[in-house]
Amino acid sequence: MAFNHKHLIDITEYSADDIMTVLETAVRFKEVNERRIKQVPTLKGVTVVNMFNEPSTRTRSSFEIAEKRLSANSLNFGGSSTSTVKGESLVDTVETLCAYKIDMIIVRDKHAGVPRKIADVSGAHVIDAGDGKHQHPTQALLDLYSIWEVKGDLAGLKVGVVGDIGHSRVCGSLIPALKIMGCEVTVIAPPTLLPARPDVLGADHVTTKLDEALPELDVVYMLRIQRERLEGAPYPSLREYNMLYGLTKEREPLMKPDALICHPGPINRGVELDSYMADHPKRSVILDQVYAGILTRMAEMYLLLGGSEDGLTA
Amino acid sequence: MALLLKNAHVIDPQVGLNETADILVRDGKIVEIGQNLTMEKGVERDLAGKIVVPGLVDMHVHLREPGYEQKEDIASGTRAAAHGGFTAVCCMPNTKPIIDSAVGVEYVKSRAAAVDKCRVHVAGSCSQGLAGETLSEMGDMVAHGAVAFTDDGRGVQGAGMMRRVMDYAAQFDRVVMSHCQDEDLVGAGQVNEGVASTRLGMLGWPAEGEEIQIARDIAICRLTGCPLHVQHLSTARGLELVRAAKAEGLPVTCEVTPHHLFLTEDAIGDDYNTFLKVNPPLRTAEDAAALIEGVVDGAVDAIVTDHAPHTEYEKNCEFELAPFGMTGLETALALVITNLVAPGKITWERAVELMAVRPRAILRVERVALEPGAVADLTVVDPEAAWTVEADGFLSKATNSGFIGAELTGRATDVYVAGYATLEDGAIVE
Repeated sequence: MAFNHKHLIDITEYSADDIMTVLETAVRFKEVNERRIKQVPTLKGVTVVNMFNEPSTRTRSSFEIAEKRLSANSLNFGGSSTSTVKGESLVDTVETLCAYKIDMIIVRDKHAGVPRKIADVSGAHVIDAGDGKHQHPTQALLDLYSIWEVKGDLAGLKVGVVGDIGHSRVCGSLIPALKIMGCEVTVIAPPTLLPARPDVLGADHVTTKLDEALPELDVVYMLRIQRERLEGAPYPSLREYNMLYGLTKEREPLMKPDALICHPGPINRGVELDSYMADHPKRSVILDQVYAGILTRMAEMYLLLGGSEDGLTA
Repeated sequence: MALLLKNAHVIDPQVGLNETADILVRDGKIVEIGQNLTMEKGVERDLAGKIVVPGLVDMHVHLREPGYEQKEDIASGTRAAAHGGFTAVCCMPNTKPIIDSAVGVEYVKSRAAAVDKCRVHVAGSCSQGLAGETLSEMGDMVAHGAVAFTDDGRGVQGAGMMRRVMDYAAQFDRVVMSHCQDEDLVGAGQVNEGVASTRLGMLGWPAEGEEIQIARDIAICRLTGCPLHVQHLSTARGLELVRAAKAEGLPVTCEVTPHHLFLTEDAIGDDYNTFLKVNPPLRTAEDAAALIEGVVDGAVDAIVTDHAPHTEYEKNCEFELAPFGMTGLETALALVITNLVAPGKITWERAVELMAVRPRAILRVERVALEPGAVADLTVVDPEAAWTVEADGFLSKATNSGFIGAELTGRATDVYVAGYATLEDGAIVE
């Protein structure tokens, strides 16, 4: 396996082989995570900075656990106490971090393009943990892992992504990643929540009719309605959103018997998903996605830092 | 004092001139143009191989003074203008304070006179404080020399206010220049809506946000009779609207920038180069092609730079936080020569119309032609000079050009304002 990436910033720079390498490596870390002592010395002595410039609990926790289980030295840096609040520029902040001689920066920022800028300035390995409305590649990889684990093969799967496509960094990585793996992607959303050019992301089909799309889908990926990220109101009410685009119990008969339900979390119960579907024992892989986040993030850090077989088995 | 320019290739479509000739200048005016001219005493320059045209005018620049001298000031901006081959510029009123009264007009004019590197025509604001609510004192500003009115940088949002602006301005025989941007539709748009906004994951600035106001302002031009000049036009359909207005006989003109002609949204890559963040945004290749067609066939009246200097630290940041704008004074002429004149898309005559003749006519300032009696504002161009745009080659305080690294052909070597050299052999005359 030839994995020659320094960063994980733009999922479109990864080939299908690269992505499979991440997923297969994650399987090996699953074994670690099933042990009583869930820690390996793989990244002992490596310093990883979690630079979260906008509020995040889930993604940051996931990275922190992954770092601890790899024995990396990790530092949480960011939030309201730092840099921008005091008027420091991004470049100055990153240069300050680099003066600590760190090895990797995990970055979450509300502005698009920041991870690349950090990579250009720092020389450290960079993982994009979500930049503005642009990309969120580690989310895409954990999603692929969860689907792959159940379905076995990603190629040819019909995946529907439902909801706020236009303001979603998850889609910015997920849709291209699904295309790289040979899936057929349908985006389902009100026109007010679509990007200007869904085809640029890789969407094969665009529809506003959830009920017409559902019978074809192997995977239904429900997006969170991100009320805090919407300028103006793109739908008249949550009630009507749920009526037109919510995955409700009443819609289950339209789904294939083995169709999966994914969601990046956190869920708005009663809006995009009702509880019956969110908790569906056969269909919902939502908590598996959370677990896959640990496994794939361990795999990504390990691979980007040039992990060897030794490190994995030690 | 006398000046004799020998053996130059003189080009001026206003007088049908395109030949090798000598130009004799005395006391700031052209005395004679002809063959084998001589003079008894004065400065003589051999301009064999060079082209002499009526002094170039950039009718859309931001000199940033007063208020934003960290970005640029009248001294550095006019030096940059001379370095780029311009004998005159028209500066926009979005300074701090806003140029919305005679005091501001007088301040800019007095600073420009003290620096004395380039004529500076002043555009006053349409509304007080660019707030779009109360008319500014246009009459007093005209009395103190303002040449035009604009709320550039923002645009007049309300149609009722724009109607008042144009109704009122019509009495002064001045053009109202319109920055067309519907704020409600454009919102916090960062890049052209479409491929770029989707690819880069940023809010889109749709072409329609510009076209709606172009259509509106043409309608208000029809209603009021006030001359309208559409600023930094960037879309194919926007140009179609201007074409239709001209065909109807309305007093409508428009300008385009080199960056909208020669760069597209595709230039903005994963590095999110903030130097390419401009307002209106870089559009599609189809839009750029349509603008070039308009430059060729006459639908476009003027090429302007919208020279918008910013400091290094203001631009070295997140794309969404960076201010809009790029510089242009020192690259515009070479970009026009390299991309339009040299490949034969336009003639030198057409270039002179776009960068000297039409801007003066739109601003209603004194005609400058290569003819006896005309003021000796002259630009001398070396059409063969090959050079590379480099950040440390600018005389502007700012380096935020989207063309750094571009290999260009042609540049101004000498510039004369009223017979006095402001640029000589590529260097500013101090």
